[in-house]
Amino acid sequence: MSRSVEIEFRLNGVVRRAAVRADMSALAMLRDVLGLTGTKYGCGEGECGACTILVDGASLNACLLFAVDCDGREVTTIEGLANDPAAQRLQRAFAEHGAVQCGFCTPGMVLQAGRILARAGQPDRATIQRGLEGNLCRCTGYKKIIDAVEAAAKERAA
Amino acid sequence: MTVIERATLIGKRVPKMDAPEKASGKTRYIHDIDVSGQLWGKILRSARVHARIRRIDTSRAKALPGVHVVLTAADVPDQRPIGVNKDHPALKGDKVRCVRDEIAAVAADTEAIAQAALALIEVEYEDLPVIADPEAALAPGAPVINEKHADNVAMRFDYAHGDVAQGEAESDVVVEDSFKLHYVTHCCMGVSGVIAEFDASGNLLLHSNTQVPFLHKREFAEILGIDPGRIRIVQPPIGGGFGSKLDIYPFEIIAVYLARAARRPVKLVYTREEEFLASPTRQPVILRLRSGCRKDGSLTFRSVETLHDNGAYTSWGATTPFVMMQTFSSLYRVPHCKYHTTVAYTNNPYAGSFRGYGNLQATFAVESHMDKLAEAVGMDPLAFRLRNAQDPGEVTGQGMTFKSCGFKDCLRSAAERSGFLARHAEYRAAQGAGGRVKRGIGIASMLHVGGGACGTILKLDDFAHVTLMTGASEIGQGSETVLAQLVCEELGLPLSAVTVVNNDTDITPWDVGVHASRTTFIAGNSAIGAARKAKAKILAAAAKKTGVPEGELDLVGGFVVRAASGEAIVELAKLLRGLHFSDKAELVMTTHYYEPPSVHQDKGFKGDVSAAYAWATQVVEVEVDLDTGIVKMTKVTGAHDVGRVINRLGIEGQIEGGVVMGQGYALTENLVIEDGRVKNPSFRDYKLVTAPEIPEMDLAFIETMDGEGPQGAKGVGEAPAICIAAATANAICNATGVRIYELPFTPEKVYRALKGVAPKVAWRTRAAA
Repeated sequence: MSRSVEIEFRLNGVVRRAAVRADMSALAMLRDVLGLTGTKYGCGEGECGACTILVDGASLNACLLFAVDCDGREVTTIEGLANDPAAQRLQRAFAEHGAVQCGFCTPGMVLQAGRILARAGQPDRATIQRGLEGNLCRCTGYKKIIDAVEAAAKERAA
Repeated sequence: MTVIERATLIGKRVPKMDAPEKASGKTRYIHDIDVSGQLWGKILRSARVHARIRRIDTSRAKALPGVHVVLTAADVPDQRPIGVNKDHPALKGDKVRCVRDEIAAVAADTEAIAQAALALIEVEYEDLPVIADPEAALAPGAPVINEKHADNVAMRFDYAHGDVAQGEAESDVVVEDSFKLHYVTHCCMGVSGVIAEFDASGNLLLHSNTQVPFLHKREFAEILGIDPGRIRIVQPPIGGGFGSKLDIYPFEIIAVYLARAARRPVKLVYTREEEFLASPTRQPVILRLRSGCRKDGSLTFRSVETLHDNGAYTSWGATTPFVMMQTFSSLYRVPHCKYHTTVAYTNNPYAGSFRGYGNLQATFAVESHMDKLAEAVGMDPLAFRLRNAQDPGEVTGQGMTFKSCGFKDCLRSAAERSGFLARHAEYRAAQGAGGRVKRGIGIASMLHVGGGACGTILKLDDFAHVTLMTGASEIGQGSETVLAQLVCEELGLPLSAVTVVNNDTDITPWDVGVHASRTTFIAGNSAIGAARKAKAKILAAAAKKTGVPEGELDLVGGFVVRAASGEAIVELAKLLRGLHFSDKAELVMTTHYYEPPSVHQDKGFKGDVSAAYAWATQVVEVEVDLDTGIVKMTKVTGAHDVGRVINRLGIEGQIEGGVVMGQGYALTENLVIEDGRVKNPSFRDYKLVTAPEIPEMDLAFIETMDGEGPQGAKGVGEAPAICIAAATANAICNATGVRIYELPFTPEKVYRALKGVAPKVAWRTRAAA
């Protein structure tokens, strides 16, 4: 067993300290140490996007990030977006446009979609599709997810 | 007077009831649940494909701090084998037969300790010859793979109607080809997992992702030798099913064994790699099809031989011939049909049930031949299909009776919306012209069945809130919302007035499980039955209280109203409270058990097996890059006879998801198995379709209003995945003039086929040779 390292970072707006093993992923820290289960394990190797989180505003796969590398940074998970109007707009759009089926990919999709909208004000459909390329969904066939992101972008512009 | 407006949710775009919870990350899947005192389970799988186990030494693993229990087959004598053939012990003792094989298991304080303990278990193997080819398994003198069936034959299916020899004699054209269908796997985003715990009295509580909780309950009772009444299965929300959770698997039993031995709850969750290695697959099939027709385009016969690779143990994949033969015998009118399948044991992974259940494989072959026959008699693909398509009222050679049947409407609608005929002719004419990218369009159709029974308990509380307890599980497909809609329709209530309880065998009434596109139809009828009984009870009470005859009353918008005028008479909640406190106090609580009016097949596989039959036609458009072999799916036009749309948002989602799953089956997904080993157990190397690759989708619903269906609806869950590969094959042929008989259409395979250097699939059964 490797040694524990003490880190301090801002998690969902609140400064947190955590003792983490040097070989632990940010995903394992969030889920197993800090009990935030909205970030999902889908593959553990950065291929599926179910563990998407924001680190200093950029979307990352939490499974590919060492927990120790969260030290000194700003980390946002799906739980941290509960009061965020842009995220709420997306979550509403996901529900209303049928973008949720089994729901396992959905938190990661919502975070990634938020990132797409933050980068491009009014992204076209192709931009949305490219932006979601790293997030796998086995249920929906993606169309309704793309529809939802498009609708949220329009609603924001309105 | 206050008039209450009638509102309906049927056919509307109703958001899934659980969507807000899921979109906010609050939903707790099996992976997110921990119970106090819980240990982590891990499984040691075979390092060999086929071998005797000479020795297992678990002493070092047992000595590792934090390890509570290490089990091998020796610790669980008298294991009751599982699986369709009861040929599969959860823990393997003296022999391993495939790389999935579970030979030891650990329960430890943490997942990391359990993992470390696995590495300390020493196993000595003596290799046996690996049989990775079902034909080799059937050769005389082949090594025995599963001792339960020494001839290496897991199952055989023989079906016939009419006389194919006569059909062949009447044919002007006969075509014969072999087809090869590959391994793909479900890839549910949520990996498999289970938590097993025993209470102080020895009752088992299983937190399980199963799609068939009631069948599991019975099976676990037999495995443990305890009364089924002492087993409770609770299903947390499931991260995708698609058929994968239809059978009982060794990991679930092993978790129970570990919990029993440790006297602590045990949680066992797969890694993604383990999910690829140890989950069921779609049934791989080698298939030989011989078909004929007359010059006028009418089909004369079909003769089918298939060989199924069963893997080392028998799960539901072996039984896919039940569905496959229906497509051969009854999708189109065929006067003479013969079907034979041999399911052979090998040392490969075993297949389970997967959305479509053999129908993708059968449809691929049938629809390839429909195009070939049409071409041979000089008819266009649409006219040829319309010439042979089923009509309402038809009774097929297999005994299916099509009460509602929108097949021809599906064909016409999909063809018209996609401009099929004009494009087909145009692309075909352009085959010989220059240019690197060729466009093509293909058509294919499907027939699918559904059945089984389901129970409902429905109660109204004193605020007119409904709790609908149904045996039918929600696996992401949206059944919870659809069932609530159907109840709301009967009781005149808004969706917010319904809570659906569908995940606890101690509470919910029996259901055969989520599969066979059956939930809307069967559980829907069950829910409607319970709601109608509740309504009758309420209206009788209201009539007594108000003096207005029952027949003149209705329930609308949370009120008892005069049916004719909509005039509100009494608030439903108030009426119900009155009932609770009246002299003859009564609760409005009803039950209904729905058993569809279908019949079991006879020994010859004949009978009207489904109360309703779903139909669909899909048109696929592709671009084929002649220099690279890359096939791009540009558009899918689908026309689905769904009986009636209940939730438009939900049904679109089912179809779009199924189309893209079919796209993966056709173009990108391939679980590579070599000499029994899975070569690509990761999303890096097993390619799922991603968001930028999806085709444009245009969907039409043919509403045939099935007489037996809930509000006229029929099942749809599996239908959309079924025709895509078949239509894609036809589209590639339309684009290039080259027909490919083997899936998936990867760039390499397509390129080789275009260059004429792909070996043609050739197979003939030993018996036929």
